[in-house]
Formats: sequence, structure tokens, C-alpha cells
Amino acid sequence: MSEEVKLMKGNEAIAHAAIRCGCDGYFGYPITPQSEVMETLMEVEPWKTTGMVVLQAESEVSSINMVYGGAATGKKVMTSSSSPGVSLMQEGISYLAGAELPALIVNVMRGGPGLGTIQPSQSDYFQTTKGGGHGDYRLIALAPASVQEMADFVGLAFDLAFKYRNPAIILADGVIGQMMEKVVLPDFKPRRTDEEVEKQCPWAATGRKMSRKNNIITSLELKPEVMEQNNLRFQAKYKQIEENEVRYEEILCDDAEYLLVAFGCSARICQKACEIARAEGIKLGLLRPITLWPFPTKAIAGYANKVKAMLSVELNAGQMVEDVRLAVNGKVPVEHYGRLGGIVFTPDEIVNAVKTKLM
Amino acid sequence: MKEEIIIAGFGGQGVLSMGKILAYSGLMQGKEVTWMPAYGPEQRGGTANVTVILSDEKISSPILNSYDTAIILNQQSLDKFEKSVKPGGTLIYDPYGITTEPTRTDINIHKINAMDACIEMNAAKSFNMILLGGFLKIRPIVELENVLKGLKKTLPERHHHLIPMNEAALKKGMEIIK
Repeated sequence: MSEEVKLMKGNEAIAHAAIRCGCDGYFGYPITPQSEVMETLMEVEPWKTTGMVVLQAESEVSSINMVYGGAATGKKVMTSSSSPGVSLMQEGISYLAGAELPALIVNVMRGGPGLGTIQPSQSDYFQTTKGGGHGDYRLIALAPASVQEMADFVGLAFDLAFKYRNPAIILADGVIGQMMEKVVLPDFKPRRTDEEVEKQCPWAATGRKMSRKNNIITSLELKPEVMEQNNLRFQAKYKQIEENEVRYEEILCDDAEYLLVAFGCSARICQKACEIARAEGIKLGLLRPITLWPFPTKAIAGYANKVKAMLSVELNAGQMVEDVRLAVNGKVPVEHYGRLGGIVFTPDEIVNAVKTKLM
Repeated sequence: MKEEIIIAGFGGQGVLSMGKILAYSGLMQGKEVTWMPAYGPEQRGGTANVTVILSDEKISSPILNSYDTAIILNQQSLDKFEKSVKPGGTLIYDPYGITTEPTRTDINIHKINAMDACIEMNAAKSFNMILLGGFLKIRPIVELENVLKGLKKTLPERHHHLIPMNEAALKKGMEIIK
């Protein structure tokens, strides 16, 4: 670990971490609040050092299809955008999932729907975890809550994407993207050689040189019998991911009588709400899903036997609360508190919501 | 030690960069740090503000209800943030462009004529460093030496020749704050 502590924005951390984890290519199109990702890459010029490609495409539709092309050859490729741009990418993301291609998508969410605002929001939870594009597919979704996690999750997302041959997404928000915090960047890992890529990705379109059968990368299958089998294979893979890759953090949960569930920047604000509530004698804890899919269903179900009520705190009109309710299955009341369209709640607002909605 | 600070004024007054230099100074002093800007169109002329937190312990929320210190550079920001200073906290403001003075009696209010001072010094771009100097005189949470290191980290190398002027401005702020 290179122990040098730096101060940077979450978006900058994504860019530096991408270079350091041996990313082969970044394809993107600027949009607030994540433009610093590509700006940083363009400033650092990694094509001169690691050979990583950084390319500004003509649109988000192009970016995601460039990602598809790169991923098809077994390369470590990524894109980043914010909500409206990620909406444009949904067709391509479905194709990535259908062709079982590993890739990284970063969404630094802003207020919607439509072009909406440029301020922080978490209203793309449904889009990320429930589909977004068409078909029965899943994205491995990581939700960072600090600049350090923005840096750490790039490598992790790529590892998971390649392990399961599935696209992964980092679902961040305007707060985490724009704020500066201390960060220790991950160790530098060189890009894989062509031989290493072929060994790791025997399925990839790397040029067969008369030595093996063609590797065909496609999501198209005209025979429904075969397509059903493909889907069953995907579902088996998703089940495996659900069993092995759930990640979450518990804060002040041991003696909690009331539980907040929140991810990303909301989880940070909730942490302060817990501190304030505890100073007033309210035993408030926080469960922070780190993977939004697979969702920490079992962990939340466990707390349904311990706490009096739960509050899902999100910068949206009530999205993750549905998954919390499914996990709790009616055992205790589960309420939602949110602000919309780019307005961010303060810690006091959350404490008040606990008092009025749960107590 | 934990200091929760809001700096607010017009876009272009150096609000965000003052916060950045303060954050880097904290980093140099080994503190935990968050710097959270209002990153909207404010940057291009509206009201801009940034929340800076320096702490010995890990920082939870970068978004706050109230502040230990507010550094205020225009009337709109005074109207918005005077009420958000914690009782016993500090409000520092430049009276230039302020039409309605702060009225609270349960906080410490300090006036600093930074605009006049920077014109006098012929160093308009060091306006924000005069304010930062004033703040550090009242709330000495980081050492001057670390602020200078922070300046060096924040300014691109081609502007490093401006560091002595900024140092002079920091010291001027420490002298003139009331």
C-alpha cells in the first residue's frame, strides 16, 4: 500500500484508482456532477504511462457501446456518467449483461427525472437494482460512502465483474463525487498482458490465430429453447452472487432500538443523526448496505427481531424502502424519509423523522 | 478537537479556494478533513458556499445543521447562515456590501475589513487569505506553517511566486480582525 495520504474529490479518486488497478480503457461523455472523472484522466494522461485509453465519445450511447467492444476482447474497461447519461446507456448495459461481459459503470447520481438538477440525489436506486434496461438481468451494485471507498471500489468492482462475467456499477451521488476527503490510493497494478488476458478470459474475442474455435460475443439467440437455458445460467450465477457477495456495515447497531437503513451520502448523514439521537437518549443504529444488489436482506431480517422500527433514509421518494420491507416481511414497521430533486437532508431532519415516524 | 465551518459569499470571491486551502492546512496538521462545496451554478457568479470540517476523529456527515464558525462575505449569506451558527460559536464577516449587520448576541461576532485591506495592499486576489488569517487569529486550529504548506499544495506551481503575497495577506488578516 502506498501510504501517502492525499486530499481529493470522490470523482478524482475514481480516475486515479482506475489507472492504478490496471484499467485498459475509459470511454465517457462529460456531465455534472461527475465531469472530474474524465478531466482527471485527461490531465494525468495515463496513455503515456500505462497505455490506458481515455476517450471522450460523442454521446453516452457511444461510450457504453465502446465499453461493450472493449469488454468483448477481455479488456478492463469502464465508463462514468450521471443519471440522465446513465439512462441513455441502459440498452447497452442490458446487452453487456446479456453477452455476459465484465465492465464497470459509474453513476454519480443527480436529481431527476429528466434532465432534473445537478445536485445530489439517490433516485436511480430502482434503475440500478431492478433492471433499468430490458430483460432478466442484474448488475453488481456497490454504493460508496466516502472518497476512500470511491477509490477502493473501482478495483473491487472490476474483480467482481471478471469473477462473474457480469457488469458492475458503482452507484455514487453528487455529495460523494464532489466532496474532498483524505484518501490513500490503492497500490499500482500493471495492466494485464495479452497473454494474461487470454488466460483469464478464454471466452474473449482476442483473435483465434487458427488455434481454437471462434469466440462469439453476442446477446442474440433466436432459438427460445437455447435462450431459456442462457437465462437459467444467468439466474444461477445471480444466485451465487447473492450467496457470496453481500456487503454491509453496521454502525451503533448492538443495542439499537431503532434502526436507520441508508446508503452512500445518506449513510454519512445518518451517522451524525445517530450521534445526535444517542446524545438525547434514543438508541439509534445504522445499517449501511454497501452492495445494493445483492441486497443485505438476511442482515436486515435479523434486525427485525431486535429493533422496534426501521427508517429507510434515501434521497428519493421511497425506493430502497421496498427492499427493506421485503426483508422485514411485516415483523416491524418500516418507514421512509427522503428529500427530492437535489435537496439534501440535514442530520436534524433525520432525527425528527425518527421521532415523528417511528416513536 | 472538531471545527465545523461554513464559508459563504459570491462566486469569484475565493470562497471555495479558501476552503480548499483550509482543508489542505488541516491535512498537513494531521487532521481528518472534509470539504463539501455547493457545486451548482453558484461557481459562476451566484452565491457560493463550502462546508469544511477539521477534526481529530473520523468525520461522519459532511452535511451539517449548524456550524462552529461562519465566514460570511455577502448579505445573502449572512441572512442565510447567521441563524445556523451554534450558540457560543463564531461569525466572521466583511462589512463590505453588508446592509443589515448581524444581530445575534449569543455568538462571537468579528468584523474584518478584508476588502479595504486587500485594495490597500494592491493584492485583490489575496482577499480570501486576509479573511483566512483573521479566522485563524480567532480560531487558531491550524498553524501558519501548515497553512503555507497547504497553499503550496493548492496553488499550481506556476503561481508559487504568489505565496509570499498570500503569506503577507494571512498576517494582515491576523492584525486587522476586530
